[in-house]
Amino acid sequence: MGESISTGILAKWHVKSGDSVKRDQPLFELETDKITSEGNAEASGVITLKVEAGAEVKIGQVVASIEEGAGTSPPAEEKPAAPKPASAPDPAPQPKEAAPAARSPAVRRLAEETGVDPAAVAGTGKGGRVTKGDMISAAEPATRPTGAPTPTPAPPAAAAVAQPGARQTRKKLTPLRQRIAERLVSAQHDAALLTTFNEVDMSAVMELRKKYQEDFVKRNGLKLGFMSFFVKAVVQALREVPSINTQIEGDMLVQNHFYDIGVAVSTEKGLMVPVIRNCDALGMAGIEKAITDAAGRAREGKITLADLEGGVFTITNGGTFGSLLSTPIINPPQSAILGMHAINDRPVAIGGQVVIRPMMYLALTYDHRLVDGREAVTFLVKVKQEIEDPSRLLLGL
Amino acid sequence: MDPYDVAVIGAGPGGYVCAFRAAQLGLKVALIDKRPTLGGTCLNVGCIPSKALLYSSEQLVFARDHAASHGIRTGPVSPDIDTLLKRKDAVVARLVGGVATLAKARKVAVYQGEAEFASPAALTVKGPGGTVSISAKNFVIATGSAPMELPFMKFDGGTVVSSDHAIAFERVPSSLVVVGGGAIGVELGSVWARLGSDVTIVEFLPKIVAGFDDDIVRTFSRLLQKQGIKIETGAKVTGMRTDGARPVLLADRDGKSLEFPAEKVLVAVGRRPYTDGLGLDRAGVTLDEKKRVIVDGHLRTRAPGIWAIGDVVAGPMLAHKAEEDGAAAAEWIAGKAGHIDWGLVPSVVYTEPEVASVGLGEDAAKAGAIAVNVGRFNFAANGRAIANDSTDGFAKIVADSRTDRILGAQILGRGAGELIAEVVTHMVYGGSAEDLGRTIHAHPTMSEAIKEAGLAVSKSAIHAI
Repeated sequence: MGESISTGILAKWHVKSGDSVKRDQPLFELETDKITSEGNAEASGVITLKVEAGAEVKIGQVVASIEEGAGTSPPAEEKPAAPKPASAPDPAPQPKEAAPAARSPAVRRLAEETGVDPAAVAGTGKGGRVTKGDMISAAEPATRPTGAPTPTPAPPAAAAVAQPGARQTRKKLTPLRQRIAERLVSAQHDAALLTTFNEVDMSAVMELRKKYQEDFVKRNGLKLGFMSFFVKAVVQALREVPSINTQIEGDMLVQNHFYDIGVAVSTEKGLMVPVIRNCDALGMAGIEKAITDAAGRAREGKITLADLEGGVFTITNGGTFGSLLSTPIINPPQSAILGMHAINDRPVAIGGQVVIRPMMYLALTYDHRLVDGREAVTFLVKVKQEIEDPSRLLLGL
Repeated sequence: MDPYDVAVIGAGPGGYVCAFRAAQLGLKVALIDKRPTLGGTCLNVGCIPSKALLYSSEQLVFARDHAASHGIRTGPVSPDIDTLLKRKDAVVARLVGGVATLAKARKVAVYQGEAEFASPAALTVKGPGGTVSISAKNFVIATGSAPMELPFMKFDGGTVVSSDHAIAFERVPSSLVVVGGGAIGVELGSVWARLGSDVTIVEFLPKIVAGFDDDIVRTFSRLLQKQGIKIETGAKVTGMRTDGARPVLLADRDGKSLEFPAEKVLVAVGRRPYTDGLGLDRAGVTLDEKKRVIVDGHLRTRAPGIWAIGDVVAGPMLAHKAEEDGAAAAEWIAGKAGHIDWGLVPSVVYTEPEVASVGLGEDAAKAGAIAVNVGRFNFAANGRAIANDSTDGFAKIVADSRTDRILGAQILGRGAGELIAEVVTHMVYGGSAEDLGRTIHAHPTMSEAIKEAGLAVSKSAIHAI
């Protein structure tokens, strides 16, 4: 687990108390702020679940115990790691009547007004009690508007509480959603974000795809998409405008000399940005394959933290959902993000004639602290040129 | 004889609590004090006798000045000092006897005598019955403090006196000058002023009870002045002379010399840690520049197995703080988890009205640029206070401006010392001003003013504009 991860939601149990489990058998799905992973049995035996599905759990917390064998009695194997003290309260969000008196009046009011569950808040008061200040802090990221236009589907309900006829329902944000919210807001707080636009004629790329698609599939076993063109175009543009491939670290300006490009993938659990490594060294097929692999793993929830870290630039395609134009938010500490959009037939003037062309709007959001407007525009024009004339990609122009 | 697990030197509130707690935890304990009675300064010559005198003198003031307005007819009212002192002595006797009973019940071995370290592992105790040697695995230095003297006017017990004497004047002095406007000075000054003495408090700092916020002190000073006490601040005492048979205290304010003739001069400029004659150097115990025993966060001195608590270490010289030190030290010695909230030691001046504080004051918050919200509530708007003739003063709650966590409180009013306790309790648990304001307080009580001050932090006090 990443060192920044301390809690997760035990999203789903694959077994129930009393079941016999085998060593290494998948037992549960753990959803943390970055990824969803599986927990496997550490021993064979009869399992007793200690936490309900949907509950927030700490890393190292015992969520189940496994009674090994029968006759001889080795001590019950506990899962996953450091056992919690026997007296520790069960962290599962119990029905409301579970010990409300233990909360201070201000904490109870804030719980009701903000929907923040005090059980999910780390207390700073005596004996770890949750104070009003803790509740205020916990409510802040949740109530602050994220201002994120990025179309990301909501993660599945953790434990939605709906009363009959209620006009609102409340459920705890999943760590993934909280993490997304935090990162998006911090990007807008910390960077000087600006977006520049352009449009690109997709005819040449579409022509190329049509012409070679069959051969490409035959040879590589996967389809040639638009994304690989854009990844290659971005690599070319980054070479031309290296200031886009920089980031701020404290008071240092870091220039990257590698081309690991993040490609945003929408999954039912939220937006993931797996990073495709060394895109400058990969061919079109290699890029397509890497994207397909990563997207597949992301959708299956099998992606690892390592898959998500270390990108220098991100491409997001709102076009798959029909977006005509949007302003994406950068993925810190990166300095820019390219937004692709829907391809629509539009009349354009070419050589004095109005012609119909498959057009796509491009948006480049960049951190103005590091990137000048001229550089951003040059970068985007370069991407446009590469896409409109893909033979440049071949020649490395 | 087998060595004791713990030998505690000094049987004041710190020492005897330490001894009792250690005994409760199953340790074999010796408790040593030079006084024939247990309880130390606090019970014998400090907190308790002064409270007895304050209470008695307050009854006199009521009978003399206020009873008639309540429809109570009295004859001529005057103090009977002999009875008053006897009652005070009875209060003390009852309490020190109680401590002795507890010591016996807990099987704590009590030694009377002056203790001195003979080595890091043994004490010599010189008592009225001879000298004994006491060896122990752990020692707790709980020797407390003694009144501080001014070098140019030493205590003589007649004219220049300490608090030890000022709780036992056999007759009311016609005039009394109190040097030092701290808690002890204003309390004993109040006692003798109520009993008829002409009292002047001479304070070096710009205000009396300097630990409290300016607004509290301004109102408090006015109330004391209304009771007939004269207050001279910013005056540095320089010496004494005699005018015929009459002593005159000399002071200096901004280069101007001041003269305060008085029958008696009470010097209450503070207390010094009692570390002399204990053989601390032989034990390897070190002192700081103020002659306080140096201890770590667990009250351990530099010498292994030797601990120190209460007035003899750095921190407020208050009995309740010493008690907490004592209990925690006993627990640490027993290998348990002792715990003290040194930041939450309340401080009380037992005058009429009382002044009490805990934690961060409003002035300190301002000086430290700490963002706070302050809620204030006047007792004049409290029903019980009006019914009880106790409308003087107000309560203040200081809370963090972001989290609303209570950072401190100051109360000026009758029973402030009792009222502060609930604020301390809220603070111990990390409570917010809103928590205080949402806690049900019985009506009608003075404590409702505390709740209202809590509400006032968010400008939502009910009985205030």
